[in-house]
Amino acid sequence: MKEFKVTPIRNGTVIDHITVGMALKVLKIIGVKDDVNSTVSVLIHVPSKKAGWKDIVKIEDRELDPKELDRIALISPNATINIIRDYNVAEKFIVEVPNVIKGIMKCSNPGCITNKDEPVEPEFVVESKKPITLRCVYCDRVTTDVAENIR
Amino acid sequence: MDIVSIRDFSREQIEHVLKLADKMVPVAKGEERSVLLEGHVLGSLFYEPSTRTRLSFECAMTRLGGRTLGFDEPKGSSVAKGETLADTIRMVDSYCDVIVLRHPQEGAARLAAHFANKPVINAGDGAGQHPTQTMLDLFTIRKEKKNLEGINVVVLGDLKYGRTVHSLSEALAMFGAQLTFVAPPSLQIPKEHLKQIETMGHKPKISSSLEDSIKEADVLYVTRIQKERFPDPAEYQKVAGTFRIDLNALKDVKRDMIIMHPLPRVGEIAPEVDATEHARYFEQAFNGVPVRMALLGLVLGASK
Repeated sequence: MKEFKVTPIRNGTVIDHITVGMALKVLKIIGVKDDVNSTVSVLIHVPSKKAGWKDIVKIEDRELDPKELDRIALISPNATINIIRDYNVAEKFIVEVPNVIKGIMKCSNPGCITNKDEPVEPEFVVESKKPITLRCVYCDRVTTDVAENIR
Repeated sequence: MDIVSIRDFSREQIEHVLKLADKMVPVAKGEERSVLLEGHVLGSLFYEPSTRTRLSFECAMTRLGGRTLGFDEPKGSSVAKGETLADTIRMVDSYCDVIVLRHPQEGAARLAAHFANKPVINAGDGAGQHPTQTMLDLFTIRKEKKNLEGINVVVLGDLKYGRTVHSLSEALAMFGAQLTFVAPPSLQIPKEHLKQIETMGHKPKISSSLEDSIKEADVLYVTRIQKERFPDPAEYQKVAGTFRIDLNALKDVKRDMIIMHPLPRVGEIAPEVDATEHARYFEQAFNGVPVRMALLGLVLGASK
């Protein structure tokens, strides 16, 4: 019999095939913090048939907005989203890199005005999706390292 | 309409500005009078010292019949009390018709444009953009060389941090000029920037020797090598010496080659060069006035 380290969830969202090591950053990027009121399971370094190793995040009793979830593609382009209803996969989709990123990461340029105390959210235009290349709308700095700059 | 980055402009739009600037020259020189911007107020916010940029904007506005208010250092203003740029801009926005901003942080002008209803003109944001400088540089080169297509422009000095260099080289590439970047290896043009230029026009040449490049030059654009970029003062002296333009460096150049410099210069060009037929940096500084006149006229809707 297959042994489950974490049991299947009844209702909620499962983010599977997360690039190994990125699970905690995924939680950050989708705004799941310590003030949750349902169970969140994080599995790091799980064997994967496809990629060798992967991370998995399971959020119970909460269906996340697909738009919000697309941000995950920035740090984990192969992640899949499963919306679970009554133990069944009700919806399944692959994340897709959005065209504009707002508010979730800071500009890598320390001299950028968005890194000062100004009332603006950092904003980036996605110049290339593969590899991911973002350009700051304010200072024009181009960055490829999203994970490093997540707020 | 804001003027934040030279990248926001097409070749046709830049050409239009240059043509309009040409018509402004007699007014800029004081030979003709104009009331084009009478009754208009320019808000001039300089968070960093500047002589040419600030004065030429003020001159341009005054010559066109408008008035200027603002500050030339944040000390003594509410900025020194910790006011955000966003708040300062919203306040000044209600006092004037156009805002000119110089700020030490990159992206400051874009942020100002975001909060202002009135047009914002970027007068330099940190190591970022300085579009009006680029336009006056283009204006100067075009005035002397007529056509920018295929001319050899040698860009010399601090190409890594020099903000004027990046905007100018992109614009020149767009106009089809052939660029050569001459700098010590530690101050050479950044790779991503080079890539951007390559996609726009001719493949630029890279060199660390001025002697090899200067003979073919139609335009020699010199920028300041900043002392503070060098941890070792001896290293700075060596580099600064190698790239100094004096009469000796000019002995094999084309007769109609022109030398430009955004100024201030600190020894990069010997004073003896000022009297040669090559020197154009003071004309270049003057050209800031007609070009800024043209831009002010456009953003305020007084010129078409």
